Amino acid sequence: MDIKEIIKPENLVYQKSEVLNDDIMHYCPGCSHGVVHKILAELIEEMGLQEKTIGIAPVGCAVFAYNYIDIDWQEAAHGRAPAVATGVARVNPDNFVFTYQGDGDLASIGAAEIMHACNRGENILVVFINNGIYGMTGGQMAPTTLEGMVTATTPYGRNVDLNGYPMKITNLIAQLPGTSYVTRQAVHTAATARKCKRSLKKAIQNVLDKKGTSFVEVVSTCNSGWKMSPVEANNWMEENMIPYYPLGDLKDSVKGEHSEN
Amino acid sequence: MGELRLMKGNEVLAEAAIRCGCDGYFGYPITPQSEVMETLMARQPWNETGMTVLQAESEVASINMVYGAAATGKKIMTSSSSPGISLMAEGISYIAGAELPCLIVNVQRGGPGLGTIQPSQADYFQSVKGGGHGDYKMIVLAPASVQEMNDFVDLGFELAFKYRNPAMILADGAIGQMMEKVELADQKPRWTKEQILEMSSDWATTGKTADRKKNIVTSLEMDSDKMEENNRRFQEKYRKMEEEEVRYEAIQCDDAEFVIVAFGTSARVCQKAVEIARAKGLKVGLLRPITLFPFPKKAIQELARKAKGFLSVEMSAGQMVEDIKLSVYEAGSNARVNHFGRMGGIIPTPTEVVEALEEKFSWELSYGVKRSY
Repeated sequence: MDIKEIIKPENLVYQKSEVLNDDIMHYCPGCSHGVVHKILAELIEEMGLQEKTIGIAPVGCAVFAYNYIDIDWQEAAHGRAPAVATGVARVNPDNFVFTYQGDGDLASIGAAEIMHACNRGENILVVFINNGIYGMTGGQMAPTTLEGMVTATTPYGRNVDLNGYPMKITNLIAQLPGTSYVTRQAVHTAATARKCKRSLKKAIQNVLDKKGTSFVEVVSTCNSGWKMSPVEANNWMEENMIPYYPLGDLKDSVKGEHSEN
Repeated sequence: MGELRLMKGNEVLAEAAIRCGCDGYFGYPITPQSEVMETLMARQPWNETGMTVLQAESEVASINMVYGAAATGKKIMTSSSSPGISLMAEGISYIAGAELPCLIVNVQRGGPGLGTIQPSQADYFQSVKGGGHGDYKMIVLAPASVQEMNDFVDLGFELAFKYRNPAMILADGAIGQMMEKVELADQKPRWTKEQILEMSSDWATTGKTADRKKNIVTSLEMDSDKMEENNRRFQEKYRKMEEEEVRYEAIQCDDAEFVIVAFGTSARVCQKAVEIARAKGLKVGLLRPITLFPFPKKAIQELARKAKGFLSVEMSAGQMVEDIKLSVYEAGSNARVNHFGRMGGIIPTPTEVVEALEEKFSWELSYGVKRSY
């Protein structure tokens, strides 16, 4: 059978989103970034948001996110994406603005900016990739690094007496009345990726409906930083990361309404 | 004639921002410039012109809000005072690197550190030499009156957009806090979406439409050859500013044997000092740089052909004096360059300036000729 016979429209079950550029991604094989990028591109396309979306890229592995999704982008200074997004959204209330940040960017150097943007209830989406490590700079300890976890700056494992505790920043975010939807998801299996996509869609819709800040944490792998194969990294994440960072919605509300969790 | 009012320098910054059609202000309170945001919040310009005003959680956040908003092609400003500007230095470097237009106001106070809330001019180096990391320059305007606080808001935006570069108004606590008569400009409308697209659709993040490629605002370039190319482009832009944007005021310089060089509050003091010196029979003039970058180098070199000496009067330990020396020595002149300054929030008096001039140039005054080295 000729290939042209197979790829008839009636046989088409899946195709790459037009909003995902053809550039070769710099992410390591097995990294979660690619899946999250793909989901975002699909949602931007499906929800007809390409012309009104402005993405804010972080400093970290996703610094080049702007190469992969076909929308207007700004590259922020390390940790400042929520402030940059605030600036964009405040003077352009008709645009859809999102930040895409890692754990070092969001929970360490940018802890002040994320807390205040969420507390003001900025109408933005925050995508928070938590892989417990600094990937771009070579695998150093992040605020979310688990206790005992070996990194370049905790070569004997994270010692809480020395380094403090792994930070569940998403739980803190959920306490802020400015946030509307706060959830923790993963993309390491087809099922979790589909669920993550549903969450991101809801988060985007909340922003469009001006319900306040939506915050989606994606518990992710960094097999290069963790020094594991992609499969080992997925298993390690399930066994170690997810018990400490359990998946599910932490808050589903609208700005100003406080929900205990 | 526009509307006349008696206003504080800081209040005028706010009023001028609204009237020039500014789209957004992001700031954080710090003495001695807090009246800027206070005035804006009281005026509620969002009801009148649609201008956004937001109190940020820090100066770090405010400059990054400026980055984000300016990257959409709109007229965006912030203001702060010395320690706050230090916190903004990283963001300003990013703004310069990403080639974004915006207006930053520094109502200087004394340093280093927490220093004092009294006026100072000790952020000259920080403002004209870069301040943040990397090779970049800002256009720096130095107002010497409340009227110029008004005028330089519009001018600052004009230059920022002309060069797609951050512009700074470098004032000080005295100019910010003092009240003077000011003629306000008429209200200009904010730019429409169509105007912004016409001016900035090749770079601003206004939302990617089918008719153009995505716009990416970034200062990052991993390819060293391309990064050097970017730097060359920046440097060309700065050279063009040096060619075209120098502004200064020369007072009684035509026959001056001694030229006082001073900006901002110091220039106001030195205007009186020139009067006192002239009354004593000394041929003294005042050159007041209005743009600190680009620096009025050629004007100084022209004066250096005749003048016996230059006295840089600054509310600092002597910073601008280095640029005067460079200008004079590059011109091959042997005119002597000296500095007189007060620090820690103290404004020099006119009498002090004249005494300093007489003391520092006692040799020239005694012998009536240039001193050779």
